[in-house]
Amino acid sequence: MRLNIKIITMIQSLDPRIARENISENNTIEPLTPMDNWETYEVFHQKKRGDQHMHVGIVHAPNPEMALLFGKDQYGRRGITANIWVVKTANVFCTEYEDQDMFETTPEKQYREAGGYKVMDKINKYKKAQKPA
Amino acid sequence: MYGNAYIDPNEKANGILAGEDSIKLQEFEDRIARGEKIEPKDWMPKEYRKQLIRMIEQHGHSEIIGALPEGTWITRAPGFKRKMALMAKVQDEVGHAQLLYSAAETLGKSREDMTNDLITGKSKYSNVFNYPAFTWADACIIAWLIDAGAIINQVANAKGSYGPYCRALDRICTEESFHLKYGHDNVVTLATGTPIQRKMVQEALTRWWPPIMHFFGPSDKLSGHTEILMRWKVKMATNDEMRQQFLNMYVPKIWDLGLTVPDVNLKKNEETGKWDYTEPDWDEFKRVINGGGPCNAERLAVRRMAEERGRWVRKALLNKSEQYVAPLA
Repeated sequence: MRLNIKIITMIQSLDPRIARENISENNTIEPLTPMDNWETYEVFHQKKRGDQHMHVGIVHAPNPEMALLFGKDQYGRRGITANIWVVKTANVFCTEYEDQDMFETTPEKQYREAGGYKVMDKINKYKKAQKPA
Repeated sequence: MYGNAYIDPNEKANGILAGEDSIKLQEFEDRIARGEKIEPKDWMPKEYRKQLIRMIEQHGHSEIIGALPEGTWITRAPGFKRKMALMAKVQDEVGHAQLLYSAAETLGKSREDMTNDLITGKSKYSNVFNYPAFTWADACIIAWLIDAGAIINQVANAKGSYGPYCRALDRICTEESFHLKYGHDNVVTLATGTPIQRKMVQEALTRWWPPIMHFFGPSDKLSGHTEILMRWKVKMATNDEMRQQFLNMYVPKIWDLGLTVPDVNLKKNEETGKWDYTEPDWDEFKRVINGGGPCNAERLAVRRMAEERGRWVRKALLNKSEQYVAPLA
């Protein structure tokens, strides 16, 4: 009978928490598969009540409740926070940057702006014409 | 905290633009030259995408792995306040990894693939974390000087051309400033303390000096395709420029405390205004980055263990009807 001897090197760590785990140096694991880290949520942060929420980034989470927890940990770590929203990335609908030309003429439509109406020239001209010679 | 992407100097610098549409390439380069940011769905050269993924991913891995030698010291940090602060710092670092992985995801690599490449050793992380933190003073030197180096690197990269990476770095840099102050406070406490404390911090500095000098990556003379990465604002300063900036800012602060930097050649050259130093041992750097360092095996084994043990929880929470959608920005 032959003995099958396999040499396993255990991790010798300075960290007592790791040393007592007795981990093999050659531990292997099955690779992660898609969705192992779940789907993504877009996170919106409100600084003060009454301010508008701002998009700040994403978190990976399996459900909205955990997305809020991770959102708090990730984006409410410093400074002040009034409120956080999370929205599943898949539920965000957006325009395409390629279609940006649909917004192109918006600033040109001066007739919709207060500044598009200049009456003082006409008034002054009228007043001048009315003055008795 | 720790972004120093390692670019293999032996990789062929030529031919990386092969097959690119020259008109689109020109438009892309013009946008960058005008100071515009490149955003996730914009056209970009393959090499730009590849280098950014590599750099941001390695930066993310460094945050995770960097939390290991520091996390070691939480239970043994002297005093309640330092335990609380160190715990907050380690939490910050893990959070930074999340921000960075998210930025890399916008370039088309999934978080699962990034983790797979880390735990199989295919992806690198900052070389400094392949060294052990022997004493409390090592943890203090890491928090002060490694984070100082990281800030120099990150402040530079925050002005780079890829929007999501810049936004992640802006957030990261704000948090890092606490790490630096906390580390400095701890080093000052030891350096102005008892002879035993001074000896401990000096020994830690002596141990960490070579990895700190390695931190910014190989000398410019040895680094491949720096030029195109700088033109694309993927890299914002050369390795040597960042090393000089670090020496200029921190060597005087180290000397102020009466500590000795273990390099007899280290001095500011009054003529050039630059620091002279002994060239770091780049063979040692290569040996360690390729797996030969004192802690490489431990870091990855611990990371695999964490992944394995958390897996059933993640699986239990998974809703199978969901689908992955890449983040928007």
